[in-house]
Amino acid sequence: MQFWRKPLDADKIKVPHGEIHIVRDRCKGCGFCVEYCPKDVLVLSEEFNTKGYHPPEAVKADDCVHCQLCEMLCPEFAIFVTLKDEESVEA
Amino acid sequence: MATKNNNVPEHPMERLLRMDRIPHIWCPTCGIGTAVSCFISAIDKFKHPHEKIAVVSGIGCTGRVAGYIKLDSFHTTHGRAIPFATGLKLANPDLKVVVFSGDGDLISIGGNHFIHAARRNTDITVVCVNNFIYAMTGGQCAPTTPLTANSSTTPYGNHERPFNLPLLASSCGAVYVARWTSLHIRRLTNSMHEALNKPGFSFVEVVAPCSTLYARRNRLGTGLDLLKFYHDSSEICHGADPTELDIAFQDKIKVGKFIDRERPTFIDAWNDNMKKKFGDKFDPYGEKKAKKAA
Ligand code: SF4
Ligand code: SF4
Repeated sequence: MQFWRKPLDADKIKVPHGEIHIVRDRCKGCGFCVEYCPKDVLVLSEEFNTKGYHPPEAVKADDCVHCQLCEMLCPEFAIFVTLKDEESVEA
Repeated sequence: MATKNNNVPEHPMERLLRMDRIPHIWCPTCGIGTAVSCFISAIDKFKHPHEKIAVVSGIGCTGRVAGYIKLDSFHTTHGRAIPFATGLKLANPDLKVVVFSGDGDLISIGGNHFIHAARRNTDITVVCVNNFIYAMTGGQCAPTTPLTANSSTTPYGNHERPFNLPLLASSCGAVYVARWTSLHIRRLTNSMHEALNKPGFSFVEVVAPCSTLYARRNRLGTGLDLLKFYHDSSEICHGADPTELDIAFQDKIKVGKFIDRERPTFIDAWNDNMKKKFGDKFDPYGEKKAKKAA
């Protein structure tokens, strides 16, 4: 992350990174996760799943901040995020 | 080209879902699944043994919830979720009983039970998913359909004044009343958690998109378009006067926690009354009995 000066609480604050898991064949392609991801990590893929829907795909997986918004909004229990690691804030 | 499931680990919500029934029957972009996710998160936060929680649903799209949740659950006949839940609670006061059903089931067919359970302050939590229409039966006008909205029985627009659910619940005596949309995932989860912890009749209304009937008949797009509409049109008004919470067609939706008050529950009122009458000869029923034994 880029800052114009080092934040005063930089030693306390850590930026989490999430690992995204998509259960592709359970997805119904509603697009909720794609629309509301605050970091625009997801897009609906071109590929079909076995039911004929377009499941999401993480195109900017490294930007995921483990907010779990996609996991909560998904009506199909088809996407979830686990905590991968935390990065210290560097100026 | 079809893709197979990549080796995905188990979804954390699978612990509380009957996975043999998933995928569920709800349409793509329906909001009920999101309400269930929030409910599962609230159950996770709620410090109560899972074997002592029961979920009861009636009939309808939301009525399917009891069948998907891996807790003791029951799918009752139409409108009768609340009387079934009342019986469960009275026969086994240690249970936390949750009614999870739709607007048509709870407020129309089961409307009578709803008002009396609130009046008695029966110790149950009622989650009502309001999608403004009878969805499972083909999009008929419901007691929550906004004025002028199209439904299969009101092709020229609805002229019947709909219920304002928070007002109905609070005027009948509910001790906890909140309303959120299915986009307010964190606030909805917190409200469900608060409602679960509240002794007495707690009520949470969840405004959710019905893409196949309500949105299609009214040309509102998909459920995703409705989520965007909720984002732009909902206003958080904690403690608002319930008389001001009517929902007009595609107009502002006031959300928040409106009522949080104390009243003796049905069992407490019974115990107090009998205690006055019979003094120490009366053995209090329910939780108090458990406390006495301890
Ligand atoms: S956890 Fe948050 S940042 Fe990561 S993909 Fe989901 S919505 Fe986007
Ligand atoms: S929210 Fe769920 S069902 Fe909708 S597109 Fe994303 S993964 Fe698929």
